[in-house]
Amino acid sequence: MASIEMKNIVKQYGDGFPAVNDVSLDIADGEFMILVGPSGCGKSTLLRMIVGLEDITSGDMVIGGKRVNDLAPRDRNLSMVFQNYALYPHMTVFENIAFPLRLAKTPDDEVRRKVEEASDVLELKEHLERKPANLSGGQRQRVAMGRAIVRDAEAFLFDEPLSNLDAKLRGQMRTEISRLQRRLGITTVYVTHDQTEAMTLGDRVCVLRKGKIQQVASPRELYEQPVNLFVAGFIGSPPMNFLPATPEGNRLKTPFGDIELDEKRAAAVAGHDLLLVGIRPEYFEDATLVDEAKRPVGSTFRARVDVTEWLGDSQYAYIPYDAPDSIRAQLRDLSKELDSEELRTQAIVSIDATSRIREGREAEFWLDSRKVHVFDPETGDNLTRDAEAGAELTRLANEDRLEQMEDSHAGSRADEGQVRTGGATAVGS
Amino acid sequence: MRYLFRPPADDAAGLLALPWHQPLEEWDQSLLLDVPSRGISRHVVRFVAVEDRVYALKEIDERLARHEYALLAQFEAEGLPTVSVLGICVDRPDDQAAILVTRYLEYSMSYRWLFSGPRGGRSADQLLDTMVVLLVRLHLAGIFWGDCSLSNTLFRLDAGTFAAYLVDAETVERHPRLSPGQRRYDVDLACERVGAELLDLQFGGLLPEDVDPIEVAEGLPRRYESLWEEVTREEVFRTDEQRYRVAERLQRLNELGFDVGEVELRTTEEGTRLRVETRVAEPGHNRRELFRLTGLEVRERQAQRLLNDVRAFRAYLEQKSGQPVPETIAGHRWLAEVYQPVLDAVPEELRGRLEPAEVFHEVLEHRWFLSEKAGRDVGTTKAARSYFTNVLPGTPQELTTPSVIAGRG
Ligand SMILES: Nc1ncnc2c1ncn2[C@@H]1O[C@H](COP(=O)(O)OP(=O)(O)OP(=O)(O)O)[C@@H](O)[C@H]1O
Ligand SMILES: Nc1ncnc2c1ncn2[C@@H]1O[C@H](COP(=O)(O)OP(=O)(O)OP(=O)(O)O)[C@@H](O)[C@H]1O
Ligand SMILES: [Mg+2]
Ligand SMILES: [Mg+2]
Repeated sequence: MASIEMKNIVKQYGDGFPAVNDVSLDIADGEFMILVGPSGCGKSTLLRMIVGLEDITSGDMVIGGKRVNDLAPRDRNLSMVFQNYALYPHMTVFENIAFPLRLAKTPDDEVRRKVEEASDVLELKEHLERKPANLSGGQRQRVAMGRAIVRDAEAFLFDEPLSNLDAKLRGQMRTEISRLQRRLGITTVYVTHDQTEAMTLGDRVCVLRKGKIQQVASPRELYEQPVNLFVAGFIGSPPMNFLPATPEGNRLKTPFGDIELDEKRAAAVAGHDLLLVGIRPEYFEDATLVDEAKRPVGSTFRARVDVTEWLGDSQYAYIPYDAPDSIRAQLRDLSKELDSEELRTQAIVSIDATSRIREGREAEFWLDSRKVHVFDPETGDNLTRDAEAGAELTRLANEDRLEQMEDSHAGSRADEGQVRTGGATAVGS
Repeated sequence: MRYLFRPPADDAAGLLALPWHQPLEEWDQSLLLDVPSRGISRHVVRFVAVEDRVYALKEIDERLARHEYALLAQFEAEGLPTVSVLGICVDRPDDQAAILVTRYLEYSMSYRWLFSGPRGGRSADQLLDTMVVLLVRLHLAGIFWGDCSLSNTLFRLDAGTFAAYLVDAETVERHPRLSPGQRRYDVDLACERVGAELLDLQFGGLLPEDVDPIEVAEGLPRRYESLWEEVTREEVFRTDEQRYRVAERLQRLNELGFDVGEVELRTTEEGTRLRVETRVAEPGHNRRELFRLTGLEVRERQAQRLLNDVRAFRAYLEQKSGQPVPETIAGHRWLAEVYQPVLDAVPEELRGRLEPAEVFHEVLEHRWFLSEKAGRDVGTTKAARSYFTNVLPGTPQELTTPSVIAGRG
């Protein structure tokens, strides 16, 4: 297993268009890194350069301390998982996993050892002598993963692996991949445009836009401390609401009333005329349902509700608001870039499922002003980002990761001698 | 439900009556044809006959179906050796996957089936060479296959030589051109898949003993590299050698099954530098010529063989009448007086095992063989009779092409 370091990677296709533009990214040994971004942002191109499928225009690709720019794909010893999930009918599950080793003329005892290890991790042990015809969809996918595991690759690479599966299998496989990666502790790079995959699978997420890295951070940090409007709008579903705002001392004047800022944030936004304030749907609540104790940390406002959407365990209200033309245009561009269809001059607000707020009526809302961010509409920069708090979130996530890896190694060591005792081995099953 | 078909869609009408709303797996057996020579597949693939024409139906995710449909259509327009796509059926009830409809490639068999036959061992070398020709042709066209395997390659005879076709473009990526890494990776994938499928046949007791899966798989990259090199290399030679060196190169490329699009000669310090741009389409000069003269649609080498026979026939007519015979007249008379009678004489139970043009080619071969032995020309009619009794029955019955079976009802 190995770390992957990218230094100032550029990819220009024949027409001179830079699909990847000066990307520097370090992926630690054993880390699960997600590459995410809207269509055309360059995520697949970046992955292909790691694998060796695209020539690198400039920059260094270093895997396990070795520069691999000029190495053929097979000499990089990486594994593209799920590229081949064909199952061969006359071969047992064992041989269906073992054949890459057979083709590499690996000695029998080594084949046996590796296949058994892999089938252990994948919980395919009882099926090894079966023919594949009767395996379930999920088991088939696990056989494909087994093939990748026995190769002892430096890293696993996935390019939108779940996009062709049905929803149920997709959910199953997501858990499976995550569990597997933890147990094996193998460096993994995973390309997706799917929010949920990005936020649930990775240790860190690298958000790309037009070939450039916007932010690399843990999912929590991306969510709570985005660097700019793009990341803020891309991460989160339903997306963050952006309202026009004008600063006045310690306050921001918005269509949803005045929002009070603490001194630090007030100072950061001072001197601007027109700003965008970003508020996630769940920072709102039906004012009648907010604890008295909590009320003072936010502000209340009245607004007419256009539509409500009740989902059983949660509820959303849609509240239209006015915005100056310049802001409208800006938001329109942003949603176009993010591949999202709505023009966002309507806020999506999460309220308790028991709330009795009605469509077409005016209601009172509360919003938690501690967590709002303020963006410069011209540069898109997040003026109120707390870099330290963000870094702390990512540091905590990393600690979790290392701990889980420890546990899972301890767990698999324990497996050899005795009955499984749960812990990491039970995750996701 | 929605059907998207590419014109000419005269076949489409009959297809519409099929039970598209049902999962393919549940279609009534009476609608389906069994194709023993097919390859293995992850998707449900079934074969149906509608008015004597046979189609392959594959149930597959709509996004992939659209992708495959678009690519196969492109490939066909470019003259690449692939199956021909008819259309897709989408928006089926209960969120069912789409169905991709391709025209059955008549007289074809999967490589998988070929290798498992008794003759698999003997022709392994030739088989792999044609597979590599296909891969090189695709790569020249900027096509990354991503799933080159024994099951995804179909095989047909072309006047005794082999021709390979792509079936299954699901994983294909089209690029303006391929990087060396992409080509190598595609070859790596092919090795792995071919090796795995041969191992599978071996485990099933279906592989001739003299075929070693690992050895065959290992040999692929070498074959590929040498062909790629041969097709794409730039050569430098002395200017006075120029004429024959260029001719030599072009002939070699033709032998390998490639047509040349453009030849670039540049004079440099070291001599003349030759760069040849290879056409991705299969060569088609003889094919077009035969079509013009007789209306027959056959493959390139078959066409070459048949054209030679047309020419010989024309010379015979001219000699007999003592005056020139226009080539189109000769073509039509040859069709009616030579070609058709041979094919009409094929015994009913042997029909459909080989393509008509291939039968004719084999009859010509047989005639040559008999004539050699007899020390005189035995004539086509006699040769045909002997061929139908002694040779054609040796072709496995499972090879009977589905449309002929469907036609028998
Ligand atoms: N072979 C190529 N030649 C020229 N341009 C290309 C080529 N491949 C990709 N591009 C361009 O490079 C940019 C990045 O493409 P890439 O496939 O990496 O994006 P992506 O983020 O993976 O998008 P998607 O989610 O749609 O796959 C796009 O603008 C694309 O059009
Ligand atoms: N148009 C056709 N003409 C002749 N045979 C065909 C045709 N289409 C499919 N077949 C046969 O059916 C088999 C399966 O089809 P195909 O390879 O498209 O399915 P698949 O599920 O995508 O396969 P894979 O598992 O390789 O992805 C092929 O191996 C081939 O033998
Ligand atoms: Mg296939
Ligand atoms: Mg396929």
